[in-house]
Amino acid sequence: MPNVILDFEKPLLELENRIAELKQYAGDKGIDLAAEINILENRLRELKKEIYENLTPWQRTQLARHPERPNALDYFNLLFTDFLPLCGDRCYGDDPALVGGIARFEGVPVTVIGHVKGHNTKENLARNFGMPNPEGFRKALRLVQQAEKFQRPVISLVDTPGAYSGAGAEERGQAWAIANNLFAFSRLKTPIIVIITGEGGSGGALALGVGDVLLMLENSIFSVISPEGCATILWKDSQRAPEAASALKLTASELLSLGLIDGVIPEPLGGAHRDPKGTADNIRAEIRQRLQELRQIDAEQLVAARWSRLRRICGF
Amino acid sequence: MLKDLFRKQKRYITVQPGTAPEHEEEKEPLWIKCPDCGEILYVRELEKGLKVCSKCRYHFRLSAPERIAATVDDNTFQELDGDLKAVDPLSFPAYRSKLSSAEQETGMRDAILTGQGAIEGRPVLIGVLEPNFIMGSMGCIVGEKITRLVERAIKSKLPVILFSASGGARMQEGVFSLMQMAKTSAAIARLHEAGILYVSVLTDPTTGGVLASFATLGDIILAEPGALIGFAGRRVTEQTLKEKLPPDFQTAEFCFNHGLIDLIVPRNEMRQILAQILSLHSERG
Ligand SMILES: [Zn+2]
Repeated sequence: MPNVILDFEKPLLELENRIAELKQYAGDKGIDLAAEINILENRLRELKKEIYENLTPWQRTQLARHPERPNALDYFNLLFTDFLPLCGDRCYGDDPALVGGIARFEGVPVTVIGHVKGHNTKENLARNFGMPNPEGFRKALRLVQQAEKFQRPVISLVDTPGAYSGAGAEERGQAWAIANNLFAFSRLKTPIIVIITGEGGSGGALALGVGDVLLMLENSIFSVISPEGCATILWKDSQRAPEAASALKLTASELLSLGLIDGVIPEPLGGAHRDPKGTADNIRAEIRQRLQELRQIDAEQLVAARWSRLRRICGF
Repeated sequence: MLKDLFRKQKRYITVQPGTAPEHEEEKEPLWIKCPDCGEILYVRELEKGLKVCSKCRYHFRLSAPERIAATVDDNTFQELDGDLKAVDPLSFPAYRSKLSSAEQETGMRDAILTGQGAIEGRPVLIGVLEPNFIMGSMGCIVGEKITRLVERAIKSKLPVILFSASGGARMQEGVFSLMQMAKTSAAIARLHEAGILYVSVLTDPTTGGVLASFATLGDIILAEPGALIGFAGRRVTEQTLKEKLPPDFQTAEFCFNHGLIDLIVPRNEMRQILAQILSLHSERG
């Protein structure tokens, strides 16, 4: 069981606790309660399906932001071997909110980049809650340009509330850094696979989000603004974030039907944090297949196709 | 034709009650108070002076048609893709009514005016964001019209000038609007590969997703004095930092001092500077 239980998961927790109590009681008293326990376990299974298969956009937002949800470093460990972190933007500093490096995916060298949120307050403070400064985006740019030079595919994992909005970020050209990534990623002559694993927050997400394939984990979100921010602007009330989450169409399945992403990667029941390894297995299968397809396309064609995918969005 | 566009613009100035007596026959105010220095300005004089306060040089915002008129040679502007009208791809709450009131207020179909014109006789493709249309925000149509303008530039080998004035991405179009950041930036990347000049002019205000895409990708980036230019809203930043920020934070001057833009150009010199840039790029060195 995860340490953090979301509100809508509480009925599950109660049921799980009752089953545990009954088991304990049966053991202590030497009474056979197998039939009762069996009934409750069946109900638990049904309730789990009922809850997790009918998640509202707001509930998915909560899952996408779950503190125990695997972050990019967790996935790097689960998906790749020989991960070598590479640091710094060669200009200002190294940004712990955005990590990258070289690794092997099933033996093949790849460049990997991703936002990193912490799993607790201490980690979050160290990682700036996964909100990059300009130097983070510039490091990512440096690494993908290196990937192009050495003909390595790029795997980009997106999970950020957004780009950091601090005075230093403004001074160092936050907007310039994001725009430069959009510009450069769009012409990069090597395959780029983008997977939104948690929170795809606006420009800070998009700065790692231009590629040949854009995939989302089932319980991840992708949005132009946070539901709280949207509710504040629309209704001057951040408490109405659940409504805003529905209006924004930020879930993977909605974005797939709107034609804005290329695929949804299923998560184990209850979300990625309940089974990181199972989630990674699903991601691995998807990367394997997509890489195989993309590596057959020559670089010029790849870049042309990347452009037409973007060109089509709201093309009239 | 340009004059017609001008006439649709009625609401570019907010009248301060009590300080700006209205003329009896016209609805347009005769006088306006400068928000910066408090000087009472005669509207007709203000318009003759490109809407710059004669006392303190405060630059009032220009509507898109006013900007075109102030920038291109008389009778040279031909609008492109004027038929494209804002869309509501998510059926977003209250968006349609917001669009129709924006349309009524500005006489525009979305937050951008694009076309071809000439500056000192040199042909140029020009796009101007309309700050009064849902804060000049970028959704599908703004992204599409910029992309079409850039595609036309690649085909015709004409330089591109984009004037930005925008609150950022259009929230009501969700990820469709977010992806216009990627689409316009990718279009500019193709323009770059084609070796064609792109001048970006940042005017008050240029923020958010517009600043974080095509607006900061110019070969040359100019800004008007005093313009608000920043990625995150000042309030957001102050909340994040829980401290007061310097008074020039996120202004054109702040960006210039941090090496983020090439030049700050006062409005009365803008045409001349643009003409000089076009001239310097009219032949290879
Ligand atoms: Zn003044």
